[in-house]
Amino acid sequence: MNRPAPENWSTRIGVILAVTGSAVGLGNFLRFPGLAAKYDGGTFMIPYFIALLLLGLPLAWAEWSMGRYGGTRGHHSSPGIFRLLWKNRAAPYLGVLGLIVPIVIYMYYVFIESWCLGYAWHYLTGAMDLGKDPKAYGAFFQSYVGIEENASLFADPFRGPLVFLVICIALNFILINRGLTRGIELFCLWAMPLLALCAVLVLIRVLTLGTPDPSQPELNVLSGLGQMWNLGSPEKSVWQSLADGRMWMEAAGQIFFSLSVGFGVIITYASYLRRDDDIALSATTAATGNQFFEVSLGGLITIPSAFIFLGAAGVVGGTFALGFNTLPLVFEHMPLGRWVGFLWFFLLFLAAITSSLSMLQPAIAFLQEGLGLTRTRATALLCGVGTAGTLFVVWFSKKLTALDTFDFWVGTFCIFLLASVQTFIFGWVFGPAQGLAELDRGAGLRIPRLFAFVIKYVSPVYLLAIFALWAWQNMGGYVTSFREDPVVRWSILFLLGVLALFLWWIRIAVKRWEMEEQSS
Amino acid sequence: MTTSGWIIMALSVGGTSGLFLWCIARVLRRPDKTEKLHGVLDTELKIEEEERQRRREERARD
Repeated sequence: MNRPAPENWSTRIGVILAVTGSAVGLGNFLRFPGLAAKYDGGTFMIPYFIALLLLGLPLAWAEWSMGRYGGTRGHHSSPGIFRLLWKNRAAPYLGVLGLIVPIVIYMYYVFIESWCLGYAWHYLTGAMDLGKDPKAYGAFFQSYVGIEENASLFADPFRGPLVFLVICIALNFILINRGLTRGIELFCLWAMPLLALCAVLVLIRVLTLGTPDPSQPELNVLSGLGQMWNLGSPEKSVWQSLADGRMWMEAAGQIFFSLSVGFGVIITYASYLRRDDDIALSATTAATGNQFFEVSLGGLITIPSAFIFLGAAGVVGGTFALGFNTLPLVFEHMPLGRWVGFLWFFLLFLAAITSSLSMLQPAIAFLQEGLGLTRTRATALLCGVGTAGTLFVVWFSKKLTALDTFDFWVGTFCIFLLASVQTFIFGWVFGPAQGLAELDRGAGLRIPRLFAFVIKYVSPVYLLAIFALWAWQNMGGYVTSFREDPVVRWSILFLLGVLALFLWWIRIAVKRWEMEEQSS
Repeated sequence: MTTSGWIIMALSVGGTSGLFLWCIARVLRRPDKTEKLHGVLDTELKIEEEERQRRREERARD
């Protein structure tokens, strides 16, 4: 049987930057500040840090330790690692979540990544000078992503957004085909410091804005920071804000999605570590690195800059509205705005590509170890599946329905499922004692013993509570849209097709692994 | 910006940045076994190459 040659990270800082790069994405710079502004600024940080300690860090440590355990025994994908940890016939099939979650998220994430690259290019060439009318930026975004009509982006495929999409897809697959160390690690070693540099330059520009419009002295840097960080609001006390259950749910959701736990990526990345390599310190460094980008950079840039130029109305809006409508308008008002706009969208592009690259590796690893394909053949096969999904999302671009459906069922629902499966396998099958022993081997940091209790009891309850609340609030609308919108039905059918394909491949892989075990 | 806002910002930004820098410093201070392994491998390859060169020279002399 063909087994791929064993691969390992070449440096410890390389794996840390790769995992941090996987976690740092648009959510750090757009979703987190938007949520903080929505929930009375500083008050949001209380449930946010509690969720980090009770959910984010324990899940990250669990995923790193399961990954290294599986990797040292010859498996790098969730189906193989779950089968190793849990001697149950269902275990490898549950691992399908660790393959379809990253690859389906990749299908639409690369589309968003291409917007960031396209916007960066437009700023560089001066094509984003749309004046000071807010509607112009909304209209530009809508036409750029094809919100008005399905297949509208294919009307002129050799100009405009599709060119940037092709560049992004090619870049992702060229880098992933180069392998773990020469592709992912080398790229992240350059891209992550460059991303930090771009963010620091934008931060310096925002913090030195002072009071740009003397006729509106209340719109200044300090008021902008206050909008993000002040505790409570004039309408509500801190205690009233803390009594809002939705804030706790959204804070936990933000931690959960931001750290990339339950994506199936960390488990694969950690599987390329050696038996005695440190995981405790590396996992903590990667998690705190993600928090640094989110809190210290995203938290100081996005909301203050939007408030300084647009006032309180400017800080309201979802991720796309804030990122692609509000901030371009802010850059228009800002001195040196064209260059700050370029830096901003280029940093978003870097954040997105380091994440999308990581989404391809779990399936590549599985195709290599499960079906015995070479890396080039695995890359080509995955390129076909991934690009088919991306084209589906781009074709059904009206109101971004396909993207939204993929994001809801796979980018949210399946992530909850996968995180629950991982918590169950780690806490109740592998066992916290064995998990702690795994974390302690070669450790550069001693994990608190309380972790065993937290991962077995607290994290699952916390996770299920958020899952239940989220389902209660959101499921009804999506079930209705399934009945009413044919694009939603087609999208779900497509997702079921991808699921069936990967389940079939897992069946072949399990047979191969059983034959290997019998012959050895 | 209120006093409580300053405190929350200082704790959040200072806390996350401080923890991240502390972790990075700890990572960089620890010797990287992987790099050491590469060092050993490089040395072995160099010895092998020198050995091959010596044999080639001996054959040429003979």
